[in-house]
Amino acid sequence: MTEASMIGLLVATVSFGALLYLAALGELISEKAGVLNLGVEGMMAMGAVSAFMAAHQTGNPWIGLAVGVLAGALTGFLHGWFTVVLGAEQVVSGLSLTILGLGFAAYMGKNVVGRPPGGVLAPVDWGPLTDIPWAGPVLFGQAPFVYLAVLAGLATWFVLSRTRIGLALRAAGESAPTADAAGHSVVGLRLGAVVVGGGLAGASGAYLTLTLTPQWAEGITAGRGWIAVALVIFGAWRPGRAAVGALLFGGLLALKTRLQTFGVDFSPILLSMLPYVFTITVLIAISVRSRNRPSPAPAALGTTYRREER
Amino acid sequence: MTQTAAVELVDIWKRFPGVVANAGAHLRIDRGTVHAVLGENGAGKSTLMNVLSGVYRPDEGEVRLDGVLHRFHTPADALTAGIGMVHQEFRLVPSFTVAENVVLGAAERILRRQDVEARVDELARRFGLATEPDRPVWQLSMGERQRVEILKALWRDARILILDEPTAVLTPNEANELGGVLRHMADDGRSVIFISHKLHEVTGFCDVATVLRGGETVAASLPVAGTDAATLAGLMVGSTSLAGERPPARAPGEVRLAVSGLCALGDRGLPAVHDINLEVRSGEIVGIAGVAGNGQRELVQVLAGLRSATDGTVDLGGKDVTTDPPRRRFGSGLCYIPEDRLGVGLAPRLSVVENAVLRSYAQHRRGPFLLEASMTAHCQDLVDRFGVRTGPLGDPVAGLSGGNLQRLLVGRELGSGPGVVVAAQPTRGLDVQGVKAIQDLLVAERDTGTAVLLISEDLDELLTLSDRLLVMHQGRILAEFDPRNSERSIIGEAMAGHLPEEGAA
Repeated sequence: MTEASMIGLLVATVSFGALLYLAALGELISEKAGVLNLGVEGMMAMGAVSAFMAAHQTGNPWIGLAVGVLAGALTGFLHGWFTVVLGAEQVVSGLSLTILGLGFAAYMGKNVVGRPPGGVLAPVDWGPLTDIPWAGPVLFGQAPFVYLAVLAGLATWFVLSRTRIGLALRAAGESAPTADAAGHSVVGLRLGAVVVGGGLAGASGAYLTLTLTPQWAEGITAGRGWIAVALVIFGAWRPGRAAVGALLFGGLLALKTRLQTFGVDFSPILLSMLPYVFTITVLIAISVRSRNRPSPAPAALGTTYRREER
Repeated sequence: MTQTAAVELVDIWKRFPGVVANAGAHLRIDRGTVHAVLGENGAGKSTLMNVLSGVYRPDEGEVRLDGVLHRFHTPADALTAGIGMVHQEFRLVPSFTVAENVVLGAAERILRRQDVEARVDELARRFGLATEPDRPVWQLSMGERQRVEILKALWRDARILILDEPTAVLTPNEANELGGVLRHMADDGRSVIFISHKLHEVTGFCDVATVLRGGETVAASLPVAGTDAATLAGLMVGSTSLAGERPPARAPGEVRLAVSGLCALGDRGLPAVHDINLEVRSGEIVGIAGVAGNGQRELVQVLAGLRSATDGTVDLGGKDVTTDPPRRRFGSGLCYIPEDRLGVGLAPRLSVVENAVLRSYAQHRRGPFLLEASMTAHCQDLVDRFGVRTGPLGDPVAGLSGGNLQRLLVGRELGSGPGVVVAAQPTRGLDVQGVKAIQDLLVAERDTGTAVLLISEDLDELLTLSDRLLVMHQGRILAEFDPRNSERSIIGEAMAGHLPEEGAA
């Protein structure tokens, strides 16, 4: 393995890691508020196709990004409306939105399959910083999405652990009656969290079609939304640990496409199973450890809240 | 009285489908007092407090604070007006720290952890509520959790604090400490409303008492100092007598239930039951007293086969059933009246008939098919024999009142003619008649020679019914008393974990 290919692998690790991290942060915020969102894959697909089409029409990839975020947020709003406002089963709604999102994205993007993008979000040029050996290309040769993911991660950590709204949001996810009794709107907090989460999933989808590929094709999300869901569990519902997990899982994705070029004879199919194997291991570790302490999962995750009436 | 009252509830009416919960109730609370609101279950105490704290809107009547008329639409309105409520079931987030829980309802936009913890600590010290602001709530005892609830209200500067049966989860010592804290708050100019039906606490902690019965105020603002407990009790129950007559004892026969060296784990995987040894003989009622959460629940579950024992044995009528599943124990003559009557005991959405035959359905079938007529006849028989008041037998059981649910459940269990009855909190939450009916059934069952193990948090009930009384503390049987000649205070000490000098009989 050459030095260049090693650097290439690291660059791709960070790049894929950011892709997964954006979507996982969205899922994390939603789950922290108590809403399980299994529609991430569909929201990514909606974000991906909308971003690509908007950029294709306007020639401006930033407009593409904005439209992608909006499309994801809108799909998230649907999930929130069904589950938080109408009280539908979260698993059913999430799975339906994955299927719906994938199908609807394919239908919308029929005419732009294989078309050239209207514009891409190319790597940012940090000047001399980019020339630092190793660190230069890996840390400073990345697309805007990578820096967006880092900022989103820091913001999520700060808001969740250091602000009033974060405290209220976590309370809504741990014990909705408590949050309600303290004067917070559980419906508002949860709906807001799912919408923001959908927006981040949309951004992750936009990253695919505006930078990584950059093209639209049906099935372009290729199960990464599911890895994002697994990543939240792997990261024990913490933005910091999820970042570590994102780099690990991103590394696996990067390795998968490069295995052959490195001349390693290992099945890429087995490799793509690894994130899930890791996640199941972490789940088991959590449940073994949590015999004496509460699990790190939000206690009210997946439940519907209705103010009790006599 | 010259000053305006801190709280004035005038002629409050609140109706629910089929029930009038408040029928013209009055309440007047002065600043700087600890005011008891007394009444039996169903007297309308909770409804009245829910009106004051904005959970319910009254159909008629006025809520005045410092003379000003208020109309609360949500609990948040009442909070803003300075009313803090400590519910019986705590509203706390277990994974949050004490400080996070305290400030949840009223925090600044940006939280500086150390700063918040220091301020919570300062507030706690000011009112003598010892606590550690940085500890997660799930690690705290019930008494500590209650202090966090009180701190929450104080953090929002509640002028009026409502405590709904605050001592139900406390040891006697913790309850006394709570009394001190309440006094502290009253001296600070706040008003404390103390809802209870434990008379000795009312006479111990409170300045004034208001008694509710049947949704009405039957005595308003009685000074506690000039009133004795018997008068208050009389006001609470009206014409029915509270003092239970001890049923005559009966000579116990052979050992029906024998437990030796029994140990078990609690829900968190920590030991909850340690080395329990006990025997219940035919024709006797053995009572187990203890403050909630001292392993009684786990012990009962092990006896019923719903929780596995880590050590020791359970013997039913001379047969070792330690590893038997519930069904086999039932076959060996055990009957179990669970504490959670509408979850473990009865299936809320199934009909009265279906619930009545849950144990005995196998007797009402032909081949794989159930016989409707036979089931209904059996159910009708139980309903008649045990005086269950019910609508159509095909309706879901969830529509029955607490007392009738319990009659149906007890009837179903006793109807099979068991050798051993394990009854967990069988009268909790029932009204006077319901309590009496269930107690009579248990005594009648004993008189037919059944062995009865009765677990209760109501010491008076245990003193009246038991032939022998065991006290459980931290998973162990700490002492045994003869209920005929033991002092309440000594039993109370034992419940708090203080071994009597010579208690064992």
